[in-house]
This record gives sequence, C-alpha cells and structure tokens, in this order.
Amino acid sequence: MNDMTKPALPLLESVARRDFLLTSGVVGGGLALGMYLPELALAADSVSGGAEINAWVVIRPDESCVIRIARSEMGQGTLTGLAQLVAEELDCDWKNVKTEHINPGQNFSRKRVWGDMSTGGSRGIRTSQDYVRRAGAAARMMLLQAAADQWKVPVGELSVDKGVIKHAASSQSTTYGAVAEAASKLTPPDEKALKLRDPRQWKIAGKPVKRLDTDDKLDGSKKFAVDMVLPGMLCAAIHQCPVFGGKLVSFDESKIASLPGKPKALRVDESTVAVVADTWWRAKKALDALPVVWDEGPNAKVSQADIIAHLTEGLGAKEVYVNINEGDVTKALSQAHKKVEASYTSPFIPHVCMEPMNATVRLSDGKAEAWVGTQNAEGSMATLSQTSGIPLANCEVYKMDLGGGFGRRGGTQDFVKQATLIAKQLPPGTPVKLLWSREEDLSHDFYRPIARAKLTAGLDAKGHMTALNIRVSGQSINAWVNPAAVKDGEDERQLQGFWKAPGDAQLGYSPANLRSEYAMRNTHVPVGPWRGVNTNQNGYFLECFMEEAAHAAGKDSVEFRRALLQEHPKHLAILNAAADKAGWGKPLPAGRHRGVAQFMGYGSYSAAVAEVSVSAKGEVKVHRMVLATNCGHAVSVEQISTQVQGGVSMGLSVLLAQSSVAKGRIQETNFNKLPITRMVNMPHVETVIAPTFDFWGGVGEPTICVVVPSVLNAIFAATGKPVRSLPLSNGLKLV
Amino acid sequence: MAKLNVNGKVHEVQAEADTPLLWVIREHIGLTGTKFGCGIAQCGACSVHLNGKVVRSCVIPLMAVKEGDKITTIEGLSTDATHAVQKAWKQIDVPQCGYCQSGQIMAAVALLAKTPKPTNAQIDASMTNICRCGTYQRIRAAIHTAAGNSVAAAEVMANEHTVVI
Ligand code: FES
Ligand code: FES
Repeated sequence: MNDMTKPALPLLESVARRDFLLTSGVVGGGLALGMYLPELALAADSVSGGAEINAWVVIRPDESCVIRIARSEMGQGTLTGLAQLVAEELDCDWKNVKTEHINPGQNFSRKRVWGDMSTGGSRGIRTSQDYVRRAGAAARMMLLQAAADQWKVPVGELSVDKGVIKHAASSQSTTYGAVAEAASKLTPPDEKALKLRDPRQWKIAGKPVKRLDTDDKLDGSKKFAVDMVLPGMLCAAIHQCPVFGGKLVSFDESKIASLPGKPKALRVDESTVAVVADTWWRAKKALDALPVVWDEGPNAKVSQADIIAHLTEGLGAKEVYVNINEGDVTKALSQAHKKVEASYTSPFIPHVCMEPMNATVRLSDGKAEAWVGTQNAEGSMATLSQTSGIPLANCEVYKMDLGGGFGRRGGTQDFVKQATLIAKQLPPGTPVKLLWSREEDLSHDFYRPIARAKLTAGLDAKGHMTALNIRVSGQSINAWVNPAAVKDGEDERQLQGFWKAPGDAQLGYSPANLRSEYAMRNTHVPVGPWRGVNTNQNGYFLECFMEEAAHAAGKDSVEFRRALLQEHPKHLAILNAAADKAGWGKPLPAGRHRGVAQFMGYGSYSAAVAEVSVSAKGEVKVHRMVLATNCGHAVSVEQISTQVQGGVSMGLSVLLAQSSVAKGRIQETNFNKLPITRMVNMPHVETVIAPTFDFWGGVGEPTICVVVPSVLNAIFAATGKPVRSLPLSNGLKLV
Repeated sequence: MAKLNVNGKVHEVQAEADTPLLWVIREHIGLTGTKFGCGIAQCGACSVHLNGKVVRSCVIPLMAVKEGDKITTIEGLSTDATHAVQKAWKQIDVPQCGYCQSGQIMAAVALLAKTPKPTNAQIDASMTNICRCGTYQRIRAAIHTAAGNSVAAAEVMANEHTVVI
C-alpha cells in the first residue's frame, strides 16, 4: 500500500496548503491545457507542442515561450505577474509569452515539481517568486549552452536579448525556438546557485504590461467552471437547511416526478437535498417545488441581538487570551491625563463571488474528475478523493479560472464535496454539474467573522498616547475549521494586524504601555477567510479609534499617528506617502473632508486617505481615495493598482450591507437585500506604489483594511460623530 | 417549440414557456458568454440586447419573446471582438476575473447607442451592473474611450498609479 491509498487529509486550509503530501504515482493525462474536455487532457504531454526546458518553461519552434502557471487566476492578475517574473529571467520576448495551467494531478504525478498550488493569503507571487525566477534563469542558461555547443564557442561569449542569441565574435545568431530542442536535453544547472537579476534593473517584471488573459473575457468565449458542458451531463440544484446546523428530515419526490427534465431528488448529506435534471433551470424549478421537511435544530431561535449580546459579554469578560502585554496598561490608564474609550462592531460579511459556487464531477471506472474554479486545486483533489473513495493517483481536477474567489473557494471545498456526493448516486460515468443559486450562495457562505472591540487609551497632558488596550471579542476562523486546534481561546489569528512580530501583520504603534486581548466568542454561523481576513475588522477598530484618540488629544490625525509610528519606519513611510499624494492639510472644496488610516497585513504596508462629503440628508459620497502600498517588490504595477481599486470597491460594500441573522438563518439572500458597491458608489482611486526592495509582500489583500476606516474617519470629520458600527446606519447612507 | 433569433440565427428550442431567456440561451442554445449572477434582475451578469435594448435575461420568460424579436448576446456583438466597446475594453485592460464583463459590455454598448458621449453622471445612472472585482474605474475610462472622449478617459485614468522608488 502506498501513500495514495491513505485517507486524504482533513481539509483545514493550513493542512491542505502546507502538508498536502504528495509522493509518487502515475496519473493519466499529461501537460494539457486542461480545459473542459477531458479527452483534451488525455492527449498527453505533447499538447504544449514544444520542448520542455524545465517544468516551468516550454519553447516552441515558432518562438512562443509557454510559461506554466501553478497558482489560480481569479482576476487578481497573478498569472500575468508570475509570467513576468519567469520571462524577466528567461530574457525572452514578452510578445511571445503564452501561459498554460497546471492541474493538481499533473503536479502529483511529477512529485510536486510545481510546488504549492494554493492561492490565498496574497501568496500567489510572493511565495513562488524565488523558484519561478530561478526556473526562468535556469532555462536561459540551458538555451545559451545549447547555442554555444552548436557553435562550439564558450557560453560566456554569448549574449541574449528577447530570445535572440548572438555570438559577436563570429557574427552568428540564433533563437530560442531553434535551440530549444537541444537545450531540453541538457543537464539543468543547480538552480539554487544561480544569481538572479537585481529587481531594480528589471525590464519585464515591475513594468506596466497588459494582462495576458483579457481576450476571451471580451467576447464571451472564456469558459468558467459554470459553463462546463460534457456529453451526457446532468445538472444539479441544491438546498441546504436554512438554519446552520439543522438537518434534512425528508422530501417528497413524488411531487416533482411529472415535471420536465426527468428530475430526481436525492439526499446529498445530512443537511442538504439536491435535484438533478437535464438542465439546471429544470432542476432548480423542481427543487423549488419539492416539499422538504427540515429539523431546524437548536439554532432556529438565534437572533442577531443574541449574537451581539454574546460578543458584548466578551468585551467585559475577565478570562481572555492576552497576546501583547507591555509596560503596565492598567496603571498607565489610571494615571492618564485623559482616558479615551470606544467600542465598535463589525458584522458577518459574505464573499459574493459573481460566479456562484459550482463544480462538475464525473466518477467512472475507478477514476474521479472534477472541473472547478478553485483557489486550492490540491485541496479540491483531496476532497474529490476523500469523498469518492478513489485514490489520489486516479483523480484529476481540471482547474478553471475563477469568477471571483476572495477566500471563498480555498480551504473550504464544500461545493466539490457536494458535487461528488451527488455523482456517487448517479450511474457511473455520468457527469454532473452542481450550481448554487445566489440564494444558496448568500445564505451558506463562510462569512467574514463577526466581532466587536473595545479600545481604551490614555493620553498625557501633551496629548501623547501613553497606553493602549485593545480588546477584541468575536468569532474565530480557526475554531470553526477545527475547534480542537484552538486551546483556551488562544487564537492569535483573530488579532491579525496587532502582532508584535515584524514581517507580516505588525502593529505599527508603540505606546509605552500596550496590551492586546482576545475573547473568543463563537456562534453557529460558519466563518472563513474573506479577502484581507481579520485585518479588515482589526484595521477598522484600531484606525477609527486612533481617530477618536487624536480628536480627544486635539491633534492632527496624521501628526498624532506619526508620533506613535517612530519605531516602525515602513509603517510611517507609507502613511506619509499616502498623506503627501492626497495633499493632506491642503484646502479642499467646500463640504469635503478627509480621513486617514494605516495598517499592515500580508507582509505589506498600507495607508489610505479618503475624501468624503456628507449631505444634510446623510448621503455619504466618497469622491477620491488615495491608497499607498509598500509591497516590497512591485511585479505587476498595473495589477497592483487594479487590485487596490478592487479592495476599495469591496471595502465600501461593507458600508452598504451585512449578513444578519434571524431565526438562526441569514436574512440577506439576494442582491435586493444585500446591496453591493456599484459604479455610482465608486470614488476616483489613486494608487501610490512605493516598493523598498527588501522584502516580498502581498498585493490582493493588504490594502482593503484601510478603506473602511479612512472613509469612516472622513465621515467623523464631516459630521463630528464617530461611526462605530457597520454597515452605515443612523441616517447615514453610502450613495 | 419556440423560434428565437439569436445573433442573427434562428434557433428552435424545446423549453417550457416560463424558462427565463438566460437559461434558454445558456442551456438550450449553448451560448455561455451570458452569465448567471442572481436571477432577479439585480446584477446585470445576464444582460443581452432585445431589439437593441439592454435587458436582464434572467427575468424574461421565453413566452415574452416574440418570434420577430432580435436577441444579441456577447457572442454576437462582433465576429472578432472588434466592436468599439470591446476594443476600448482591451485597450484599457478592464476585466479582472471577467465574469461580469459580458454583461458590462452589453450594458455599455446600449448606453452608447442612446448616448454617444455620456457624462460621468450618465454612466453612473445607466451602468448599474455589479462587478465584485471592482473594475468600475476602468469601465468608466473604457466607455469614454469607446465614445472617443479621450479627455474624459484621461481624467478617469489620471494618477491611477504612481511608482515611487
Ligand atoms: S442574473 Fe440577471 S440580473 Fe443577475
Ligand atoms: S471582473 Fe470579476 S466580477 Fe467583474
């Protein structure tokens, strides 16, 4: 028995990400484009149609350089950024670059030569940059060596530019395409020993290039997983018990038997029923007509007020997890010239990927296949294997680009599991496409965790902050995934952004007396990572409080922060970069007010300045936002600014709506009850990219956490009243 | 059996009369560029043109479509992505995940047909499709570009990013 027959690992995000141990094995299917027809994938290794220089680089006789991409593309531009990094070291012509997806079965069968495929935590580029650049550099060396061998000259005498190799002394020249075949047969150099290009000298990376994946998004030809069509495919619609934790008791299939599409109802798991039919619309209609009896269970009476009360209790609780405890906060507060205290509330927030959750699965002849948009393709494959009982070696996941991910399609592979459970109940070889309605999507998410916080500060006579106590009371993501993993409520992850350790999500402020505390207060509502994860709530808590403290101190918002950031020059520098670009302190048109925020997460430093007006009717208009980021290295500057804009849009949505609980279920089940940021709400966004080249930080997530507090602080400046809960209420409305 | 003229071609479809046009297009005719996002006319992912006007096809039952009606989907906008709006979208590099973009493009084409040089306020009023990735700023710039209003497009893109080293 080999490792593949062991049960797949539990689907903890961290486990699937780091410890998904893949050993040897043979998988049918080679390095195909891996799209919607499995037959294509089975067409084996030659699909790339060129010479594989190494796992990452294939060069075709027509000079195209195919760069393989192992991470998922969900709009964030990682595909283009990774290709830029490889192309930079490869020295090929950017115009000739093409990309190709890697599927997890391919990675598995080649002993994970492409490394970690998981795409979350803003890691896509920063944790693969080193090995993909080395692969590009190694490929360049092999191509040059092949030319040198051909001409019988020392390789050191060759030069290369845009894939054209030259030997000046003999006036010979050739191209990558011409020597690729010979290069692919050479022994690869030791990649670890290669010297990489100084990022300050980059010619392709770090430059504004167009995305490589735009064309098929303009004419409807791009296939998302939701667009899958396979011969003989059936479609499934599902309904999960509206109350989390409730159970499916029974359903009456006879009531739908005569409906069109040959609908068939089936139990998916203990809380889920599905209807399978020939089209999705017919499955959905039959599902709506299906009488279902639920046992809503013990949570059926839980209200939003109950949950808030539970969190509020945590704000005053004696027994809490203390993470930082420096100086003597209690004493310093009692001796403070002035004490400031405020409590804030952050609600459950859904992800709202525009492509609703879906997966297509086919189980046949001891083989399992899934077509899915996933942030964690290896996690999808583990789920497929675990649920179908088919060993990993006989599984393949055809990774499709995602119509939005935001953390929803990563560690939690519920949609793959459900599709597999349905496929198991169908005749072998029948492909089934499971698609959730928007109502299912919004009522069965793994929401951004709900939290409250109470912050207390002491100010001295000069208005300087001498003590800060941060108390967070809220739900834990780690505890939802695996309750046993959190001992005594000690969950540092919920304090993301308040950490002492440098490098990832470090607190920038250094008052002499500092304490951070977490009271874990869990609910029955599923929670999970949501773009930016806990930096969202924590950035809002801290930065809105800093504003109130600055106000109490009678200080300028930026000056007040600067004084406390002296020990952390990168935090300070990015705050200054945003303030400078925004013209902090300069006059504004009548009625406009500014708000500022800074925070750190995912290895990057962020700051924002928002310009806002509030009408007499409470209409909040965000006119302009300046965001500054130091992500260490700026690989894809166009993608950085568009990711920042995406963060602004998603951040502003939190001012518009929440997922709230009544009778144990989520009330906002479609966009009529859950408004989302639209064109009219979008401010003019300006991004300042200030890389310092001494670390690698993330891009997709870090800037979102400063959006909400900078806007709320501008509202405070406009109205004189701090905003302490979300979405906007008390007569305020984002327009 | 219903007859539908989609992108200039007549299709005979076997679908129940209450089937939304969206699902007829996707599941019976097999054109999947038109997307499902909400099913209740809120998000615009399913936008198509019905006799030149943009409609949300998820709430139009098949029986409401008359035989002479002309339906255009994203696939029928041009034969090779050369419609001015598609070209502007490409030039500005609008899409992120791309899921909403068919609908956004169809909405923009309809806007420009009625208002060839829209102001920002007119864009705000008629571009109500949801883009969760937040491509709004670039959509705005691309609409101005397609309208030939390079001054307005430049204003939208002004300072989009500044690299400070
Ligand atoms: S799917 Fe039609 S408007 Fe959302
Ligand atoms: S580009 Fe992703 S939803 Fe618009």
